Amino acid sequence: MELKYGGIMINISESKYKNFKADRSKYPEMKNGKPIIDLESHKFTKIWQGPQHPGVTGNMAIELTINGDEIVDAKTHMGYLHRGFEKLLERRKYIQGFTIVNRICVPEPDTNEYCYSTAVEDLAGIEIPEKAKWIRTLNLEMSRLGSFLLWIGGQAGSLGMGTISQWTIGMRDFWLDLFEEMTGGRVYHMYMIPGGVRKNLPAGFKAKAKDLIVETRELLYDVEKSFFNNAIIKSRLKGLGIITSEMVDEYGIVGPNARGSGKEYDVRINNPYVKYAELDVKMITGTVGDAYARAEVRYKELHQSLDLISQILDKIPEKGEIQAKLPNVLHWKIPAGQTYVKAESTRGEHGFYMVSDGSKYPRRVFARGASYTHAISVLEKLAVNISISDLAGLMVSLHTCPPEIER
Amino acid sequence: MEQILNSIKEKIEIKSIKQRDDLYFINVKEEHIIFLLSYLKEQKGFTHLAFLQAVDFNEYNMFQLTYMLYNYDMKVNLGIKVIIDREKSEMTSIHKLWKHAWQYQRELHELFGINFPNSPHVDESFVLEGWEEIPPMRRDFDTLEYSNKTFYQRPGRSTTDPKEYMKEKLYKNFVEPPKIRKEND
Repeated sequence: MELKYGGIMINISESKYKNFKADRSKYPEMKNGKPIIDLESHKFTKIWQGPQHPGVTGNMAIELTINGDEIVDAKTHMGYLHRGFEKLLERRKYIQGFTIVNRICVPEPDTNEYCYSTAVEDLAGIEIPEKAKWIRTLNLEMSRLGSFLLWIGGQAGSLGMGTISQWTIGMRDFWLDLFEEMTGGRVYHMYMIPGGVRKNLPAGFKAKAKDLIVETRELLYDVEKSFFNNAIIKSRLKGLGIITSEMVDEYGIVGPNARGSGKEYDVRINNPYVKYAELDVKMITGTVGDAYARAEVRYKELHQSLDLISQILDKIPEKGEIQAKLPNVLHWKIPAGQTYVKAESTRGEHGFYMVSDGSKYPRRVFARGASYTHAISVLEKLAVNISISDLAGLMVSLHTCPPEIER
Repeated sequence: MEQILNSIKEKIEIKSIKQRDDLYFINVKEEHIIFLLSYLKEQKGFTHLAFLQAVDFNEYNMFQLTYMLYNYDMKVNLGIKVIIDREKSEMTSIHKLWKHAWQYQRELHELFGINFPNSPHVDESFVLEGWEEIPPMRRDFDTLEYSNKTFYQRPGRSTTDPKEYMKEKLYKNFVEPPKIRKEND
């Protein structure tokens, strides 16, 4: 049997460990894939990871039952963010809602804005102008890039390599500067209103963005050298948290987590929205399905995002309307109906399900975030039998975003 | 897609709506839901459950449950709408079809008060702790009344004139600057 471990091929049958058999007598027995835990036996310890945890954007706690340093049971606890946007949206007019939906996911707010606005447009039957579609595509892709840069910093930081977080979060700030020029806001943009976008691109934006693409690529080659060619990172991420292809449908796994194990599902390609059909987007997949494969998929998607941004910058028309004509938005009644609009966030399929009853207020708005399953049922399954020191790496490699769960 | 809808229509009574090219909705009766979901999952390739959510129509005394499925080959979303009674508010659990369905059922149990018998962890808390009111996502839950009853108004902060404050606290040896005479004086 041969294992590829940390880039070095180890032949176990010839090594001195060939007769090694781990002593598992002190670990609990497994029954139907679940350990039998008797807390009265004093063999186990219960500890909490979180709710304040540096590896995750937002607050989420994991209740761990450990045996030695091995996790035998994990349970995710939510409820530390005290929000309730879905309830708030029921009491707000459609135009008032779009200022709060972007807070549903902090590192990547634009996907929420896009889904909300498109759901309203779909129900009201509004077609937005060409140029607005291009600007929306640019905005969405830039927010994907920013979120990936934050993620790669978190992934390295969770394994004790803080340098990369300093680099990439610094680079993300330059992208936030561009967002500020484009929209007026750094983190929350409130840019894609129903009917189009709020402002035109500022003068000199394209040149600045192209310069920044070159700088980001230079940084990414440093990241590649120090992260993906690092023996410690490889030995810790390879084999960690394997998602098999059968699990993808069973657990509703989407995004890079699903693509890392070979599932070809990317909303930008499967159901192209805004202008993705006119761009050259390729499906990026892995095969192994472990944390390292997911990291590779995300790293390739980072480069893909940069490619797409430069493609979009070349194709944006100079002139054109950016807003469709809307009725008086303060007395805007949306025709009764139901719709579901989705987009590809960095974590996967992100969608808004909107129900209108024909009044000025939405009957129900539901935000479907990819982390909802990744952080609860998938994490609870994958965390079993790994070391507590690897849990932070696993959490970040699933790219959990607790604000999405607690909408 | 039309073929699939027709094949379902041969078996059970449904009503279908086309919202977009890649989004269809069908209305089914409560008793057919397990049959329909397993038929679509096992035979028609709708293997991805995007979400399961509820909508409260309190004036008609009913809940609408929406199961959103996706087919990877046809690239089509299919929403299945089921109307259930609001008084009884109970529904068959689908945790055996999808392993993440229990999460949505736990959430609906807590936030809408819809019970899913035999669903794992359905009684555990999701985001609320020690909640004694009616489930908060129901439309007859009055948020203003609840917050008036539960929380008290905090008195406003005492305000001070910044100039006086700085004089007292920081610059004890403060000397009044000489007044500049205006030209008119």
